[in-house]
Amino acid sequence: MNIESLNTSPSEIEGVSRFTIVVNITESQMKKIQGQIEKQVEVIKAFYHTEEEIIYQESCIFKMRSNLLFDERQIQNIIKESNARIVTVNRDFFVIEKSGKKEEIDLLHRELTVFGIMQFTRSGRIAVTKDEMKISTMLKALQH
Amino acid sequence: MKETQTIQNNTKSTETTERISGSEAVIKCLLAEGVDILYGYPGGAIMPVYDELYKYQDKIHHVLTRHEQGATHSAQGYARISGKVGVCMATSGPGATNLITGIADAQIDSTPMVCITGQVGSHLLGSDAFQETDIVGISTPITKWNCQVTKASQIPEAFAKAFYIARSGRPGPVLIDITKDAQFEEFDFKYEKCKGIRSYKPIPDTDANSLKAAAELINNAKKPLVVWGQGVILGKAEEEFKAVIEKAGIPSAWTILGASAIPTSHPLNVGMVGMHGNYAPNVLTNDCDVLIAIGMRFDDRVTGNLETYAKQAKIIHFDIDPAEIDKNVKTDVAVLGDSKASLKSLLPLLNENSHSDWHQKFKDLYKIEYEKVIKDDLHPTKEGLTMAEVLKEINIQTKGNAAIVSDVGQHQMIACRYAEFNKTKSNITSGGLGTMGFALPAAIGAKMAAPDREVVMIAGDGGYQMTIQELGTIFQQKVPVKIVVLNNEFLGMVRQWQQLFFDKRYASTEMTNPDFVAIAKGYSIEAQKITERKDLKTAVKEMIDCEGPYFLEVRVEKEGNVFPMIPTGASVSDIRLE
Ligand SMILES: Cc1ncc(C[n+]2csc(CCOP(=O)(O)OP(=O)(O)O)c2C)c(N)n1
Ligand SMILES: [Mg+2]
Repeated sequence: MNIESLNTSPSEIEGVSRFTIVVNITESQMKKIQGQIEKQVEVIKAFYHTEEEIIYQESCIFKMRSNLLFDERQIQNIIKESNARIVTVNRDFFVIEKSGKKEEIDLLHRELTVFGIMQFTRSGRIAVTKDEMKISTMLKALQH
Repeated sequence: MKETQTIQNNTKSTETTERISGSEAVIKCLLAEGVDILYGYPGGAIMPVYDELYKYQDKIHHVLTRHEQGATHSAQGYARISGKVGVCMATSGPGATNLITGIADAQIDSTPMVCITGQVGSHLLGSDAFQETDIVGISTPITKWNCQVTKASQIPEAFAKAFYIARSGRPGPVLIDITKDAQFEEFDFKYEKCKGIRSYKPIPDTDANSLKAAAELINNAKKPLVVWGQGVILGKAEEEFKAVIEKAGIPSAWTILGASAIPTSHPLNVGMVGMHGNYAPNVLTNDCDVLIAIGMRFDDRVTGNLETYAKQAKIIHFDIDPAEIDKNVKTDVAVLGDSKASLKSLLPLLNENSHSDWHQKFKDLYKIEYEKVIKDDLHPTKEGLTMAEVLKEINIQTKGNAAIVSDVGQHQMIACRYAEFNKTKSNITSGGLGTMGFALPAAIGAKMAAPDREVVMIAGDGGYQMTIQELGTIFQQKVPVKIVVLNNEFLGMVRQWQQLFFDKRYASTEMTNPDFVAIAKGYSIEAQKITERKDLKTAVKEMIDCEGPYFLEVRVEKEGNVFPMIPTGASVSDIRLE
């Protein structure tokens, strides 16, 4: 099994962190992993969701040479069309940020690669569920 | 009863705070948890705690083992025979890493154990200081829980949690790593036992419908088979278990860790499942119509090839650990919960039954196994001694009342197959990890936990030498364990595989052994070696009659094999008799 991405951050509940782990496996494998994760004493609950059940995003940043902005007109169009945004520009380089689905980021990466990317980095997936997550009520019950 | 009292007394005495050092707090935490014995080995980073042990030696007995691995196995042996938490302690670095094998063993065999390690001062953490090792990182995948303490004030909570986690739910090992500065630091000590942890539910709720569904399947079964594991023992459910199988008349087989939960002689006990288990329960696993697994985890040594394991049967799985459900075998009905409570609730839902035709099948297959294997094992006609006849003699002379602590290899399988048990918690062996070297130190812990019981250790010439230094512990502590080495001058189990699957290429399995009797005598342990059948009876008698520790070496057939056997990857019903 390969972990596609892993993100951890504070959650809506104080003192509780949320891990978002993306894997590409069958449901029966998923259930076994869920069991093993939940078994960890410090883990409150492990849920799994398919893509249809969540709203999700990834984000990425590109660092590119500033002269490209003027020499390669196309870049401006790419940025516009992909809903990316320029975070900063200085004499030597500029930085593009984009949030979106994995495929959108992959596409942007492919399009910019031809111009030469100085640095590229992307985050793990973060997600919220479409349905209510029982965790909040569960935790309230536990807080005496 | 005794344990509860100690706890109550201590709870009282710690209601008010007192200013003490972190290391004294460690001792007070142990006392509050009812610990009166621990196994360990000192060194720089844990010296402040040892200094307190010195002051508290009338209340808590520290056993100096000869290797930290020995300390873990002794703590395990203590836990396995008593059901209480075993405790061991080591210094940082090599002391801590020497605990790893025992921790892994305790994890896979669900043994409650608290390990305490010293750590370099917190200002040195991460600097590759002398004897610094990231033991919390190293032990994370093999502990139920672990933590590092860098402030004395964290000690009481860490210990309260550690003991609670180790013994509750599905038990397991935990580790507390304490920096040296935290041991010296003074703070206001107050101890409160842990009653619960937000993120941890030790016993899952039992769904009444699952019990009903299980009962219905069992009541309608024509050919039910129970396979039970250590969950029956860990849940103290022996009586409830017996009542269930007796009422429903179900033939019942055990995994090696489940052995002894009901007496060997019980008419419904049809023997051991798995690679070297009995013929009938293995073959009939693939014939039963309902398989009722109780507190076992379908280990691959039990199931053989999963593709052909009990495919015809409906599967009911009782377990305390939700992660075990559907892990290896897909169940039809899962009953989560504590084995004692679940079996108690199941009992009134069951119909009385006897299944006598079905029982007859077990008897018929037993006859085949007897003729092909057991007869020659127990009543050999050839010259060389068999391991099984040694076990038979031990059974006779201990009347089946001994706790048998076995190591890993052929002798282990023979001990599990042939030892007779009257009492629960009597088969102490390394099941999941198969740790050679387990037996000698585990026997020490078992004997110290249950001084009134006869504890007989059975090891091979190979595994015995992996922790042979613990003879020193036996000598110093005067632990009257009975040590039996079944010497075939081979790493026998590996040799057997080489014979069967590698065309007898005996690569590095033959052993030139030392004079074991002389070694035992070097530790002032009475010792004897026998090579002939005619001396077996008197030798075993002398050993059992001996008040102190005793070493008995039996020269057995060099190339004896353990059968039946399910070759790796084969189906349980393709078990070989020869
Ligand atoms: C620590 C460890 N190393 C290696 C093995 C692999 N192994 C399993 S059984 C066995 C042979 C054991 O030989 P011995 O102790 O003489 O017992 P016998 O099989 O001869 O009864 C070996 C090497 C193991 N189980 N544990
Ligand atoms: Mg051997």
